[in-house]
Amino acid sequence: MPHFAPAQFTVERRDTRCIRCRVCVNQCSFEVHYYDAESDEVRSRDERCVGCHRCEALCPTQALAVRFNPMEIRPNANWRPEHIRDLQRQAETGGVLLTGAGNDKPFRVYWDHLLLNASQVTNPSIDPLREPMELRTILGRKPDRLDFDDLKGDLMTELDAQVTVETPIIFSGMSYGAISYNAHLALNQAAREFGTLYNTGEGGWPVEFRRFGDHTIAQCASGRFGIDLDYLESAAVIEIKIGQGAKPGIGGHLPAEKVTPPVAATRMIPAGTDALSPAPQHDIYSIEDLAMLINALKEATGYAKPVGVKIAAVHNAPAIASGAVRAGADIVAIDGLRGGTGAAPKVVRDNVGLPIELALAAVHDRLVKEGIRNRASILAAGGIRSSADVVKAIALGADAVYIGTAALVAMGCTLCQMCYTGKCNWGIAVTDPWLTKRVNPDIATRHLLNLLRAWNLEIKEMLGGMGINALESLRGNRLQLRGVGLEEWELKVLGVRGAGA
Amino acid sequence: MSRFVINARGVNYRDLNARVKAAAEAGNEAIVLRNVHGQRYIGTSLRKPVKVDVYGTPGNDLGAFMDGPTVEVHGNAQDGLGNTMNSGEIVVHGSAGDILAMAMRGGRVFVEGDVGYRCAIHLKEYGAKVPVIVIGGGAQDFFGEYMAGGRVVLLGLNGEKLGANFIGTGMHGGVIFIRGRVDPDQLGKEVGLAEPDESDRAFLAEVVQAYGRHFRRDAGRVLEDGFVKLYPRFLRPYGRLYAQ
Repeated sequence: MPHFAPAQFTVERRDTRCIRCRVCVNQCSFEVHYYDAESDEVRSRDERCVGCHRCEALCPTQALAVRFNPMEIRPNANWRPEHIRDLQRQAETGGVLLTGAGNDKPFRVYWDHLLLNASQVTNPSIDPLREPMELRTILGRKPDRLDFDDLKGDLMTELDAQVTVETPIIFSGMSYGAISYNAHLALNQAAREFGTLYNTGEGGWPVEFRRFGDHTIAQCASGRFGIDLDYLESAAVIEIKIGQGAKPGIGGHLPAEKVTPPVAATRMIPAGTDALSPAPQHDIYSIEDLAMLINALKEATGYAKPVGVKIAAVHNAPAIASGAVRAGADIVAIDGLRGGTGAAPKVVRDNVGLPIELALAAVHDRLVKEGIRNRASILAAGGIRSSADVVKAIALGADAVYIGTAALVAMGCTLCQMCYTGKCNWGIAVTDPWLTKRVNPDIATRHLLNLLRAWNLEIKEMLGGMGINALESLRGNRLQLRGVGLEEWELKVLGVRGAGA
Repeated sequence: MSRFVINARGVNYRDLNARVKAAAEAGNEAIVLRNVHGQRYIGTSLRKPVKVDVYGTPGNDLGAFMDGPTVEVHGNAQDGLGNTMNSGEIVVHGSAGDILAMAMRGGRVFVEGDVGYRCAIHLKEYGAKVPVIVIGGGAQDFFGEYMAGGRVVLLGLNGEKLGANFIGTGMHGGVIFIRGRVDPDQLGKEVGLAEPDESDRAFLAEVVQAYGRHFRRDAGRVLEDGFVKLYPRFLRPYGRLYAQ
């Protein structure tokens, strides 16, 4: 039974430039290109192309161009090509459609409707090239009040464990298995060198990376992969992962294609099985249970490090965040609608959750209103694309942000969304040793460091422009934001005035 | 061997566990906790092969993340016993609650009586590191769900019909042995039923004898009755869930 669904991409090959070197043939794990010896031609099977542009980038003579090939059916605002294609695939397979990376649907990106303030004349702007700008951020529980010795002036209040980062940008959790060993090494190295944090994700943490522990957040998720006392003790922060912005409310199945022997050993599961993370953590069915795990982790590590809780941005995120803080979370991470994933059902990724901007504003407001904002730091995650997004997130109330996709792009990712196939041509979202070699960990580390440096410089420029010399003064400072093109209710949720007001 | 005794009456869990840890670090190899009354996380942060005897009723998450000690509970235990435990041994002279040994990675747990819901779920295993759980009585629903490894033995010595349904749902590694018979309707769809083979019988003899020693039971008589073996039918139980 034939159906019409053209290849999503077409490969244009300028034959006059092609030198038959077959780099494209060797580079493509989706086996798009092949060499026909009889005609001495390199040809392509366009229907296999995922649009990752690896071949195009590596072609030594620039003979290749990969072009998007939209389905030219009669225009229909309701039944769009994506629906037709998905319907056909499901009719053929009867299966759940998987996808990778973050939500690509045109939901409003609030960052693009928020504008920053700058000083003119009366409150002069600050030149960050001349004056020190403070981006250092301290994460963890701050005391409700401080008591000092009346005579000596010494601090009497016992402070909870905290961790310091030199930038408000932290690498988000991506599991070992979802992304490669080399990608993990690069993230871990870059975090240490820059003075920020890397997050292990939920797939355990190769033991040889434990030397980076002072710059690591160790995750404890529903699959409980690779968690022992060494793992917990080696890290600077522990994070209980309740949810993920790309797939709120559901667990994850790391496909067997990616469960190689080293991944299986790290997770303590059989090689060649899907690594199953159930939807809930089965020892957490209530806020009281969450408190129990938070305290178990603190007991296990001698109360020496902050324990955070990561939740997906869902409709009642403020109440959940409040519960988490009251349960003892020292950090609350909120992962928004556009957060990435190594694999998620497409229908969930594209339809469940809240934009991070709205969730962040609502959570911050709720914690302030309840007088418990000091008890936990807020990390905002899910679609942070630039230093401007970082600054806006902090003005909305975040202490720091998580970046995942942005870090992957720094390592070469082109967002083809094929992370779940185990065939990532860029060597990032893959565990096949032949493909993982494509990420040189030292070069990737440098790229990540460059990204952090560039964003830090830009953040200082924006801060200086606002006449602010410490990030702390921007935190929750919504007067520095104005909304454009937003409805009244959106301005209200964000707690910002409309532009000109 | 000297026994270091701590009276736990009225002591907050955090203080109690700090005292136990200090005692272990001071070189005491045997620690006795008297009048335990709901204190959580006993044994969690100990990383030495000390012996801890618990008298009274310990609280939730006993032995969570535990790595090395032997904890003997002279009474019933609560929920979350042996949660993500890595090594060591826990012996309960009584029954235990829900979520026993979730995501356990190694070591042994012996429970004389019954256990609650969601027990022995998400067990791990890799290479020579295999967690073992022996339960004398019965268990409730979702027993052995999502098991990725481990050996779990359910002896059913309470004389009651096994209450658990959905046993071994999503199981993709490890084995469960149940003494007597089990109704196939009580099993998850991903579970196969078989007779224990010779190596299984040797394993059962060893752990049932250990159970007998802990709880003064005649292991020979327990072993006389047949066992069934529950195993994962598929390496990828949800492999066909997705469009390829």
